[in-house]
Amino acid sequence: MLERAEIIRQEYLRHDKKFPHVWCPGCGNGIVMNALLRAIHHLELPKDNIVLASGIGCSGRLPTYVDFNTIHTTHGRALTFATGVKLAKPQLSVIAVMGDGDATAIGGNHFIHAARRNLNITAIIINNNTYGMTGGQYSPTTPYGSKSTTSVYGHVEHAFNIAELAVVAGASFVARGTVYHANHLNTMIQQAIVKKGFSVVEVISNCHVQHGRRNKLGNAVQMINSFKENAVPVGKAEGMTAADMQGKFTIGVLCDVEKPVSTEEYDRVRQAAQTEASRIAEEKAKNGVKRYEE
Amino acid sequence: MEASEGQKKILLQGNEAIVHGALAAGCRFFAGYPITPASEISEILSVKLPLVGGTFIQMEDEIASMGAIIGASLAGVKSMTATSGPGFSLIQENLGYACITEVPCVIVNVMRGGPSTGLPTNVAQGDVLMARWGTHGDHPIIVLSVSSVSECFSVTIKAFNLSEKFRVPVIILSDEVVAHTRESVILPNQNEIQVFDRITPSVPPEWYKPYAENNRGVPDMAAVGDGYRHHVTGLVHDERGFPTQQPKEVEQFLNRLHNKITKGFSEIVMTKSFEMEDAEVCVIAYGSVARSAMRAVKDARMQGIKAGMVQLVTLFPFPRKVVDSALRQCKAVIIPEMNMGQISREIHRVNQAGTRIIKHNRIDGHLITPSEILKHLISV
Amino acid sequence: MKSSTRYEIRFSGSGGQGIITAAVVMADAIGAFDGKNVCQTQSYGPEARGGKSKAELVISDSPIDYPKALQVDLLLAMTQAACDAYFFDLKTDGLLIVDSGLVEQVPTSRAVSLPFTQIARQQIGRELVANMVALGAVGYLSGQVSMESLHSALLARVPKGTEEMNRKALQAGIDAATKIDLSSLPRSIISDWESEL
Repeated sequence: MLERAEIIRQEYLRHDKKFPHVWCPGCGNGIVMNALLRAIHHLELPKDNIVLASGIGCSGRLPTYVDFNTIHTTHGRALTFATGVKLAKPQLSVIAVMGDGDATAIGGNHFIHAARRNLNITAIIINNNTYGMTGGQYSPTTPYGSKSTTSVYGHVEHAFNIAELAVVAGASFVARGTVYHANHLNTMIQQAIVKKGFSVVEVISNCHVQHGRRNKLGNAVQMINSFKENAVPVGKAEGMTAADMQGKFTIGVLCDVEKPVSTEEYDRVRQAAQTEASRIAEEKAKNGVKRYEE
Repeated sequence: MEASEGQKKILLQGNEAIVHGALAAGCRFFAGYPITPASEISEILSVKLPLVGGTFIQMEDEIASMGAIIGASLAGVKSMTATSGPGFSLIQENLGYACITEVPCVIVNVMRGGPSTGLPTNVAQGDVLMARWGTHGDHPIIVLSVSSVSECFSVTIKAFNLSEKFRVPVIILSDEVVAHTRESVILPNQNEIQVFDRITPSVPPEWYKPYAENNRGVPDMAAVGDGYRHHVTGLVHDERGFPTQQPKEVEQFLNRLHNKITKGFSEIVMTKSFEMEDAEVCVIAYGSVARSAMRAVKDARMQGIKAGMVQLVTLFPFPRKVVDSALRQCKAVIIPEMNMGQISREIHRVNQAGTRIIKHNRIDGHLITPSEILKHLISV
Repeated sequence: MKSSTRYEIRFSGSGGQGIITAAVVMADAIGAFDGKNVCQTQSYGPEARGGKSKAELVISDSPIDYPKALQVDLLLAMTQAACDAYFFDLKTDGLLIVDSGLVEQVPTSRAVSLPFTQIARQQIGRELVANMVALGAVGYLSGQVSMESLHSALLARVPKGTEEMNRKALQAGIDAATKIDLSSLPRSIISDWESEL
């Protein structure tokens, strides 16, 4: 175990970039980063072929520390850049790391359209229920009634369920994990990367500094432990009533379907265009008629 | 563009000519969102790009389009988007990202009446200063303008070449009149066209510093996936690409961003002069208005007025030298614009000779006519 | 400096009549097939059907500066509203061509009235191609384009499968125009003695 940790540390972290990182002690982001690196290591993907794009926020800093092709983009837009990279070089493994506000507020439109479009991209969304970096304002996943720096009287809006949103938006693969279930998270990320099509892994994480402290959810350890208590495997949840599921959430694979991937679909477009072009050329040669659509 | 089209005249719309120019310059990726009067560019590229192995995608909005073309360009593919005013507002966010990360890309803005939804099918030139200053923060950028179908072709090629050479986004300001005018033009053969491709690193990956100063001021650019793993960020970064707040590194970086454009001034700045040799009064114009101006100058000459015209093809960096010498030469300068006077501000700024400047502004959605300009030429 | 020659044609009617298509075909014939300098512009509202529609052609032996019409040499009006709106800058020696079934009040004596829509309906069986009938007449009477180029440009530009119908319509327009004797019209709406004043 220790040995493997050492390999990952040496092989994947950018040591020439001066650590320490920007994350607070106890932050779940490190666990997500570790799970991602272990998944990539396990899959034996060459580092040159991995593109890691992120948006803005604490999650956005993740690519800085890892030795891939890394693109730290603008707030909410990681998937748009990822789309461009993937279409230009479909052979690359493109992974986008985002936060809850990043992916579902400012980037919400890009998120649902990326899912609908079904490019072979992996989206990892670290959901800590708040905008941590900017000081703990309410996000699209801040629970109803919660306190934040912009909802000191209690939050009056309702939260998104990110994984379910991804399912209905048309993603090929959707899973949910937590930073408590680190090994499970590694497996979910592996499956998502291997999956052909748009895949989403929502990771329930802790921001004890901003969200936890204001809502009396305890320190990092207590918050992470609460994920253990509240997480219900998908299979088990099927037999539970709504009342049983109160305050709990599912983990595991929520959706895994086969759909044509849009880069492959676009190859068909290229073929159709070429067939049409040669048909027009033939017709021109035969009839000597120039047609405008040439 | 088929080579067989060679020296034969063809009838093209301005927007079509931009497509031909882009393809000739090596553009192989386009992301866009439908908008009048730029949609033809999307539509034609959706037909033509797959034919040459390129990619067309219609994104969910212009923010996404801009992100996608930056992503594709980072992966080594020349890319472009095209839009009009409302969409141009949305691309500004990621335009700044392309500036700070020095990602080559071309943005076409076919100007229509504004502000906001404005006059979708009418002509205007209201986005000139926005093209220069639209994205936040001090940033270098190149803004070119087109006045005819043949310029749509040649300026688009130039835009890609400058973008690749200086690693800077280049904006092409077209307008509704140029975009929808059809003209008979002769396009050159592909082998007569000069195409510049970005310079890629010649050093091994472990020596590669993606943002290091060199004698050109423009770092070599490695494509994502080519073995030169590095970090790209919209934060101010050091020569390795990692975020920095060290005042020395910040200053050095931002100075280099600006200096690379200043160094390339003579190559970037393009203007055209007409009847300026002995001109005593001149018109300074750009875009479709330049054609009205040319007509007005011809008519004025018929009446014995020593009139001339300077057409600005490059709007930014501002062609200071040419404008300055026109101001020194003439007793009055007329600046017709389909806005409230955006380029005339720049001309006022460089008018050290104190030459009389006459603005002529039209904002009703219609092209300034030659007779409007002629009246001013006669009156001075 | 010698002023270059300009010949300007304005096609006008209502949206959906194929006004712009007719102008584009003529521009293509002049520009690509005859190899002359030509510039074609248009204006239209946001609606695809209804409303006034206008397209202009500038033809010149030298490069064209101002792309829109300055003083029109030939005006085609396919509706009364278009005729009323776009007649104002027709040259005094310019020619007006109207659809006789749709334009009742003709504002000049230098005018040719032909039943384009009726010809399209009766000879081709589709009112839709009235624009091509009119194009045939405009092309022929303007003297600015070869009939062969007009046919080639039409075949290149009209939707696939409609070539024969459109070709017939164009020819019907040309045939109708050959029967017109332009020399029987007054040379200008201003008499010689007036212009000498």
